[in-house]
Amino acid sequence: MLTGCGRSPNGSGGRVTLTHWYHQYGETGTQDAVVRYAQEYTKLHPDVDVQVVWVPGDYHTKLATALLTSGGPDIFESQLSVPMVTAEQVVPLDDLFTPETRRDFSERDLASNSVNGKIYGIKMLDDTGVLYYRKSLLDTAGLQPPTTMDGLIDAAKKLTSSTRKGLFLGNDGGISALLTIGPWSAGSDFLVGDKIVFDNPRTVAFYDKLRALNDAGALLIGAPTDWWDPSALTQGLTVMQWGGLWAFPAIHKALGDDVGGMGWPAFDEGGKPVTFLGGWSAMVNAQSRHIEEAKRYVKWLWIDNKKIQQDWCLSYGFHVPPRISAARSAAPLRAPLPALAMKNLEVYGRFLPPAWNSAMNTALTDAVTNILKQGRPAADEIHAAAKKCERELKRLLE
Amino acid sequence: MQSTDTHLNANHARKFSRRERSATLAFWAFVAPMVIGLTVFTLIPIVWGFLLSLSHAQNTIHVGHFIGLANYQDLLTDEQFLRSLWTVVIFALFIVPLTYVVSLSLALLVNRVGWGRPFFRTVFFLPSAVSYVVASLIWRVSLFNGLPFGFANKVISAFGVGPIAWIGTVNPPWYWLVLVTARLWLQVGFYMIIFLAGLQEIPRSVYEAAAVDGADRGWAVLRHITLPQLRNTSISVLLLNLIAAFQAFDEFYNILGGSGASVGNTALARPPLVYLYGLALSDQDFGRGTAGAFILTMLIFAVTLIQGRILGFGQAD
Repeated sequence: MLTGCGRSPNGSGGRVTLTHWYHQYGETGTQDAVVRYAQEYTKLHPDVDVQVVWVPGDYHTKLATALLTSGGPDIFESQLSVPMVTAEQVVPLDDLFTPETRRDFSERDLASNSVNGKIYGIKMLDDTGVLYYRKSLLDTAGLQPPTTMDGLIDAAKKLTSSTRKGLFLGNDGGISALLTIGPWSAGSDFLVGDKIVFDNPRTVAFYDKLRALNDAGALLIGAPTDWWDPSALTQGLTVMQWGGLWAFPAIHKALGDDVGGMGWPAFDEGGKPVTFLGGWSAMVNAQSRHIEEAKRYVKWLWIDNKKIQQDWCLSYGFHVPPRISAARSAAPLRAPLPALAMKNLEVYGRFLPPAWNSAMNTALTDAVTNILKQGRPAADEIHAAAKKCERELKRLLE
Repeated sequence: MQSTDTHLNANHARKFSRRERSATLAFWAFVAPMVIGLTVFTLIPIVWGFLLSLSHAQNTIHVGHFIGLANYQDLLTDEQFLRSLWTVVIFALFIVPLTYVVSLSLALLVNRVGWGRPFFRTVFFLPSAVSYVVASLIWRVSLFNGLPFGFANKVISAFGVGPIAWIGTVNPPWYWLVLVTARLWLQVGFYMIIFLAGLQEIPRSVYEAAAVDGADRGWAVLRHITLPQLRNTSISVLLLNLIAAFQAFDEFYNILGGSGASVGNTALARPPLVYLYGLALSDQDFGRGTAGAFILTMLIFAVTLIQGRILGFGQAD
């Protein structure tokens, strides 16, 4: 759907039209909001029109295809990958930051958008994960929020009854939701620099434990919605659920104060709690005919304009504004649970670097599926997946 | 006289050549769009795709960085890709015979119905008009969800069996039931129509002669008259069905993964097109993506050829 924005009164030459692509956000009002921001920019810069394109469906495929041609958008949102940089699809945006604004973005938000020390994306919103639980049901069972994986398995078992399960991690038993979260909670990692590092006993130990959790009969499997949707928790199908902070308003509305939240618990005494850093970043197409205008617009929208960032992150859905000062001054994030989630993100937030691609993700996912569902030895599967990831990484960095 | 003849001949030749020219023009007017369409949308992409399959084409569709057969070699030693080929073979082993038997049985039943035949024909054909994506979502979210109130679980609870997580369960692999029934429901009506057309082609006189010779109307007639007369129809149904099975994507993508679902179950049964979709469209590795497409095409070609040879496709009755 194309939404053109206001023309200048004289319609004279020398005008620039920038095309800005967004994927279709589910939250009501988001499309009107981005059109409004674009109109605001045109009001301030009458020689620049911004045409917002709201892309429904498989956004990443459509974007990737458009970037192969000269007809792609000037500005788009995405997650940065190394091939986008090596194929020269994006331009560096380092010069848009002042030392002060640069300090106001977390190191993680900058690092997840950097390749070889250059910043290619400006974070538009931060997402993070929360392990939600029904306080009253934990109280009734005489349980404290679990602090280790063993504690979590134990609690999930005790909270399971004939009508509801103890824990929901997605319909694949947590394979995709915990694929990286789990080994991080055990102190392992995936890709550091140009090395694949997950082939170690801690990763294996976590996936073995995840199999034990799957075999315990305490996980909800086959729910109509998946882990990122709060319905399983709000409809009482489960007592605990791993989900996103974005689901907090719906959960709070349904359960009131009978909900607590925490990061993913540490694997054991040697591990530490963890949560993910996700979200979207704005980038400028290197093939754009108006790179400078596009950069100025992105700077105005996602670096300078804190009011818009708060509106964008918190008026429609529930996300953390990437500018630290914008997040700290946002009233909705001061409620106890969101404040805790934000703190967790700051202290324990993890992300996969831009060199991690979906072929690596598929290799690891397949290995974990084999461990969990087919009962294959975890060490062998992880070793084979790491070898495959090394080959993929080598190909990628060629 | 001769001059008149020459004049007539010249006139005739002129007329003929004008007619010939206009026929040629008409020929190209009708054929050109098809030839241009075929060239632009089929031939060039095939040639381009083949050149890409010989290139290192990461995040680009430009041909140039040739690496020989490395993409093919890479895929043929890639355990995940080989497993995906195996997956689609298993799927074909389930779905092809099942579709054949069910659609033929339905066609025989509908053909015998004296009253309301158009009604039954339409009812059985209707699912063919349903989108694979929509049907997959209904199968995943509604019929075969793992909750006690899911349709399939309600049915088995009547027999005292507890709820089953149909899609995630590996022992036994219930997800095959979900995948196979979805496609069966979607395509059986279409093949039933083909069989019905085949059945109506069989002359009544053959059945009358059989009756005169004392053949029963039951099994013997089916085995010795109906099935042999349906041989070419059967072969077409089997071939079409097999090719469609090898191209499976929608129900695997949408039931085991796809938007709105965790991807952990996709590894349980990932057909080649789902694997190649990830390679080419998620990772933008068009070199390996196209190489995989050519390998799959060759496989379909080989299997179709073997099947045609075994069943005697195209041979005279």
